[in-house]
Amino acid sequence: MKKIVILGAGTAGTIVANRFKRILDFNQWQVTLVDPDPVHYYQPGFLFIPFRMYSEKDVIKPKRDFIEPPLRLIQSKVEAIDADHNRVHLADGTVLPYDFLIIATGVDIHPEETPGMLDGEWGKSIHSFYTLPTSQALRDVLRTWKGGRLVVNVVDNPIKCPVAPLEFIMLSDWYFHQQGMRDRVEIIYATPLSGAFTKPVASQLLGELLESKNIKVEPDFMIERVDPEAKKIVSYDEREIEYDLLVTIPLNKGADVIGKSGLGNELNLVPVDPYTLRAKAHPNIFVLGDASDAPASKAGATAHFSIDLFTEHFLDYVETGELPPYFDGHANCFIETGFGKGLMIDFNYTQEPLPGRYPLPGIGPLTLLQESEFNHWGKLMFRWMYWHILLRGMELPLSATMSMAGKWKV
Amino acid sequence: MPTRVIAGKTVEVDAEGFMTNPNEWNEEIAVELAKEEGINELTPEHWKVINFCRQSASANGKAPTLRAITSGTGISTKELFALFPKGPAKKVAKIAGLGKPEGCV
Repeated sequence: MKKIVILGAGTAGTIVANRFKRILDFNQWQVTLVDPDPVHYYQPGFLFIPFRMYSEKDVIKPKRDFIEPPLRLIQSKVEAIDADHNRVHLADGTVLPYDFLIIATGVDIHPEETPGMLDGEWGKSIHSFYTLPTSQALRDVLRTWKGGRLVVNVVDNPIKCPVAPLEFIMLSDWYFHQQGMRDRVEIIYATPLSGAFTKPVASQLLGELLESKNIKVEPDFMIERVDPEAKKIVSYDEREIEYDLLVTIPLNKGADVIGKSGLGNELNLVPVDPYTLRAKAHPNIFVLGDASDAPASKAGATAHFSIDLFTEHFLDYVETGELPPYFDGHANCFIETGFGKGLMIDFNYTQEPLPGRYPLPGIGPLTLLQESEFNHWGKLMFRWMYWHILLRGMELPLSATMSMAGKWKV
Repeated sequence: MPTRVIAGKTVEVDAEGFMTNPNEWNEEIAVELAKEEGINELTPEHWKVINFCRQSASANGKAPTLRAITSGTGISTKELFALFPKGPAKKVAKIAGLGKPEGCV
């Protein structure tokens, strides 16, 4: 009996487990998932909670709904990964030996890494929306907020869902309009990037969009500390931005156990070959989803595309020990732009996001890098597809590698 | 791929002016690129960071992140911002003839 252990039963862990269920012979294979949390979170939904577009029930379901026999699910914390001896130690003392290990422990926010962030004002004038409790706390504050200066700050990259801060800002703009108070709110986006986004074409187009919405971008802002009493953030080059309400995307780091087990870089991300997602140091460890250092978007779409391709090649790899460079870094994301509209970007390791059309079989083309109401509905429809199709390991009619069809060369 | 002449040498650069072939780099190019970035004189501290980044990139195939530079050189983030104002990781990568550091996306 060959054993696969999957650490983390979030988006990537659950999808890959259900893919294994389809391709493996369970008389010969055993697949075990380990996760301390019994709840599965639809993380893209956290963005909508502060604006009361979604509530808790829209974004949580029991993990057991998606992981059924012959898959095994152990609810436990992982104490250590002993990669030299191919085994995992759990918090309760259980030892799980493996032939192949899948690390899918993702990344989490670490507000404690920024001095001042947790010193008395966390949950009061300093908020986030990257977890369910933080998004709910922000919702409660926005409900009674009288206006002032809203500062949205990304501490450092990489972050989960790199477009979420922009979406949050544009949805805020819409929300404050709806509340009849936009004229009493100033919105500032302080980012460590040199513009609204990483890649030039998208950065320019998104930058223009923000400007048209009267949102100010403070580029190259690398935060050193928060001064919670004076209500200001201070950058390493001593720029200061005062706020009435700070929404932060704290430092994102991989799981502590990755660092503790000596498998991670300075952010507890596992170094991998970006084209196969195999750990550089261990040929029987693969890192799927957000937990690796691959320079792909940390997003569910990326996890989904890469896992489609990983499972296609896995059995060949078991047999021959060889892997082609199957993954091109393909990601696509809906970006909510407010007022019931959205846009979409589609890109990979080498091709930056471009404007154009994205072909979606059976439904019709989505507009790339241009606002449309259809993209907004696409995003909302995606929640249904996530719970009912994606997590269960079923195929979506989307190509896992990026295509240039429909994109405009600029 | 566009090219440009820096310190008398023709080198390949990308759309944002980052050199694409680290082997075409030399110290004269670094001095010239530093001036373009507003750094008039490269001190021994600057060179310590540049050399670390060159070594790190040749070992890992990519320019190091800010966190990797601070842990690798022992120079604090604050000092790095004083040496290479605004975005130290990006600025050093440019001066050291390395590609643009991989950010988010």
